[in-house]
Amino acid sequence: MTRALLALGLVFLWAPVALMAAFAFSDARQPFVWGGFSWRWFAALAGNPRMLEAAMLSLGIAAGAATLAVLAGGALGWVLARHGAFRGRTLFGALAAAPLVLPEVVTGLSLLLLFVALERATGWPDGRGVLTILLAHASLGAAYVAIIVQARLSGLGRLLEDAAADLGATPAAVFRTVTLPLLLPSLAAGWGLAFMLSLDDVVLASFTGGPGATTLPVLLFSQMRVGPTPEANALALILLLISALVGAVALLLRR
Amino acid sequence: MIRAGAVAWLALLVAAPLLLVLVIAFAVPDEGLPPFRLPWASEAPNESWALLTADAFFLSALARSVLLAAVTALLCVGLSYPMALGILRAQPRLRAWLLGLCVLPFAIGFVLRMGAWIGLLRDSGLVNRLLIELGLASEAWQMLYAWPALLAGMLHSYLPFALLPLYAALAARDPALEEAAADLGASPFTAFCTVTLPASAAAAGAAFLLVFIPAVGEFVVPELLGPPEALLAGRAIWQEFFQSRDWPLAAAASVALLGVLLAPIILWQRLERR
Repeated sequence: MTRALLALGLVFLWAPVALMAAFAFSDARQPFVWGGFSWRWFAALAGNPRMLEAAMLSLGIAAGAATLAVLAGGALGWVLARHGAFRGRTLFGALAAAPLVLPEVVTGLSLLLLFVALERATGWPDGRGVLTILLAHASLGAAYVAIIVQARLSGLGRLLEDAAADLGATPAAVFRTVTLPLLLPSLAAGWGLAFMLSLDDVVLASFTGGPGATTLPVLLFSQMRVGPTPEANALALILLLISALVGAVALLLRR
Repeated sequence: MIRAGAVAWLALLVAAPLLLVLVIAFAVPDEGLPPFRLPWASEAPNESWALLTADAFFLSALARSVLLAAVTALLCVGLSYPMALGILRAQPRLRAWLLGLCVLPFAIGFVLRMGAWIGLLRDSGLVNRLLIELGLASEAWQMLYAWPALLAGMLHSYLPFALLPLYAALAARDPALEEAAADLGASPFTAFCTVTLPASAAAAGAAFLLVFIPAVGEFVVPELLGPPEALLAGRAIWQEFFQSRDWPLAAAASVALLGVLLAPIILWQRLERR
């Protein structure tokens, strides 16, 4: 029973993905129509400057946002796990988790209002674009990093750190040689998650982006409103292969 | 030091933006940039709240959104619960690969996946062509820009939000409990109902809410796949902001949406803390 439903779920998840991958090689101008084998849509993708530009912009924003999210989310998780009960702990926890559950449109609108208010008050940020999208994505990613780091720190306890301190390590040395190495897998996982969240976001980037900063998902979204394209199928297959490779390597390395 | 930095981060990027939404919800639309006047700087009264509650337009959009999110969350939990159990009952060395197989489709951006559903479900799409070819339908069945496509897209987008926490919760339970129930003569079904299900009820509730809460405000999936006439809360906010440029009304609608979500959010945080 569970096996049948697992199979059904996998078919549901994979059906559209498999079809995109297969029709990426179709020569037909219409997507999801078979017109003989062809590589032409991969060539078309490589020769599409708008798409490439948007992809490079998205990768840059995702890498920057994920890095900032790890720094901020790491601090949030640390405070949640290690600072015990301080005044305002409940509010702190609620605010740290808020981006996880707030509807995207509300988060997007709220961050846009923040940037507009900041610009009026201080002159910064000067208009909206790459930097404001990056901050919005970092704010979302940090919430995810925080729960991962908090769970890891709570699971670790303080035994190893106390042992290092008893053996004469300074607090800085304890952090550098014991805590940080133990946290590193969680920080890496958090970085990856924040990176993927940023690469997949339409709503926050639409609210906080400007005319000069069109990310790949925003560009694809405006294309999909008109209809799917065979180029999009080729792009999906490339993304699928990259992710499968990364996933397989991660699984094999874990052994 | 660390705490001060963390507090500053949350104050600037979470608390201040939400407070601003609350303030702008009482502002008055105005020509110019930004297109509003603050509540205390305008002689004209705020009309957003009267507009929101006056016609059934927004309230029914909100009700529809809650319904769509509840159905989506039920489908997600209903499907991912047996999927998680199925993975856990596989051989241990297969589990990570099966889980990877479940998560991999999400590595393709969800906009692209929604594009695939458009290609599959539209009138000239693959599913309709197949149905007609097989003689199961004489003419195209309209699924795209209607509820079937919308539900398929929502389920396809939100499944991992339910699957991953449910898998983690079910993997952490003690298998000895089920064995003990079996040793004491319980059938697999009885053992499931009396041991597994109660032990994972809180996790299932949390997974339901983790899908339900963001799904109420979903914008992209209904925009690409859903019926155009069925306006949802997320789309209403988007349209007020981008098309009508009525920022105070968009903010007031956001506050109303948050009001509806407040109880589920608090309940979710309680369940998570256990």
